[in-house]
Amino acid sequence: MPTRVEAQITGSVWKIERAVGDQVAEGDVLILLESMKMEIPVEAPCAGRIAEIRVQEGASVEEGAVLVVLE
Amino acid sequence: MLALRGACYGPAVFRRVLVANRGEIARRVIRACRALEIETVAVYSEADADAPHVREADAAFPIGPAPARESYLRSDSLLRALAASGADAVHPGYGFLSENAAFAAAVTAAGACFVGPPPHAIATMGDKATARRRMREAGVPVTPGTGVLPDLAAAERSAAELGYPVMLKAAAGGGGIGMVPCEDAAALRRGFASAAARAKAAFGDGSLYLERLVHGARHVEVQLAADRAGAVVHLFERECSVQRRHQKVIEEAPSPVADAALREALGAAAVRAARAIGYQNVGTLEFLLAPDGAWYFMEMNTRLQVEHPVTEWTTGVDLVQLQLRLAAGEPLPFGQADLAQRGHAIELRIYAEDPARNFLPSPGALTKLVWPSGEDVRVEAGVEEGARVTPFYDPLLAKIVVRGETRERAIERALAAVDATIVEGVKTNLALHRRVLCDPAFRRGELSIHYLARLLQRAVEG
Repeated sequence: MPTRVEAQITGSVWKIERAVGDQVAEGDVLILLESMKMEIPVEAPCAGRIAEIRVQEGASVEEGAVLVVLE
Repeated sequence: MLALRGACYGPAVFRRVLVANRGEIARRVIRACRALEIETVAVYSEADADAPHVREADAAFPIGPAPARESYLRSDSLLRALAASGADAVHPGYGFLSENAAFAAAVTAAGACFVGPPPHAIATMGDKATARRRMREAGVPVTPGTGVLPDLAAAERSAAELGYPVMLKAAAGGGGIGMVPCEDAAALRRGFASAAARAKAAFGDGSLYLERLVHGARHVEVQLAADRAGAVVHLFERECSVQRRHQKVIEEAPSPVADAALREALGAAAVRAARAIGYQNVGTLEFLLAPDGAWYFMEMNTRLQVEHPVTEWTTGVDLVQLQLRLAAGEPLPFGQADLAQRGHAIELRIYAEDPARNFLPSPGALTKLVWPSGEDVRVEAGVEEGARVTPFYDPLLAKIVVRGETRERAIERALAAVDATIVEGVKTNLALHRRVLCDPAFRRGELSIHYLARLLQRAVEG
């Protein structure tokens, strides 16, 4: 059952911290978003393998947009 | 106001000023220029084409796409706007390029006046390790700490000598970036490499140093002003202990704990510091005030502060007009003996953020906006009803400033101002302001830089 990891806020993708295929633990930081001069970490909600990263660094994202898919 | 009084001054210190900023501070600078009969030039990113500061200026130039690093942080775009506008001075506001020595030098090289200190003073105080050394030499106490550390082994040796807990800081740092509190040697070992990498990414310089953590300290800062001839005065202190994530939320003047002796000592240290580095224009020395009464230099902000209105409302000096006059080479219009603090002023920063979600920013459309008004209320807003709060810039919507004859009166007025404010469409920290203003510890003036975190913790626990 894949898990979709969403942006919790409208902003831009500052840094992608992990790569497709990486095994991650719950709480690992996957992506850093930037909004209103704040760095906002997007963490893995559960352990899994990164199946897909749907954004690129510098991209604008809306709240609720899917950033990463874990499986 | 004092700065307006001198009839000896000509009507205009500059012909035209380019305001290299946005939001409330751009509007504030435009207002000061207007009072001095100076024309104003705004700059704006694609996200700010409809912003009030653009409309209020006499002319406006686009400087690039919405992200700040492609517009408000682009020195070359600003210099092009400067040349095209024919402005003879640049006011940088705060943030963005206001503490960038290279930008200040480039403005001067372009034949215009930078409304701020000389580039060498910005550079000296911008390097935190150099600033600490210069302050020590000037006889200003600094927190026990080190110079730049070559490696982790040196950091461990120094930390053992200083005693834990310690704070790892970026030499080129600011805004809390690259700061890592370390309770013990294990935490220092864990944090060192990542702090260096973060500092390198943010400032292009991974140099780190250590300071001993001062527990329970307050943030008290001193406003100063200096002219080109070397005259320096201080305009007393501000208390800025109510903070979240190293960002100020409520500021006031005077500090509820400063007595005449402390005020005099901090003021004298600030004047000494300014003289030691050949400072000009307005600036602020930030101090940590320990519970045992000891105080230490923390850093200097070589620019106008966000919270400058609380000083204006207790001293009667218009600091932005003063900046413009000093930059034009005029002498200070007053001496230390002419200055006094009267009454009490409080500033509330209204942020678009959600205190319930760890202060997560809250961009969105402002569907309704009502600000308080009155003789003793001043609102410095960067936004208007109907506008969008974008994710590109800091979350400050407005500053609500109140004054009263006493701190108690000012707190009452602040509460009334919060109750009269309506912001719909984005989450704000208004309710948090109300909680602080009603909190008995705040009312007793029992503050530290951990005050707000503890207040929120208490709410969670019970």
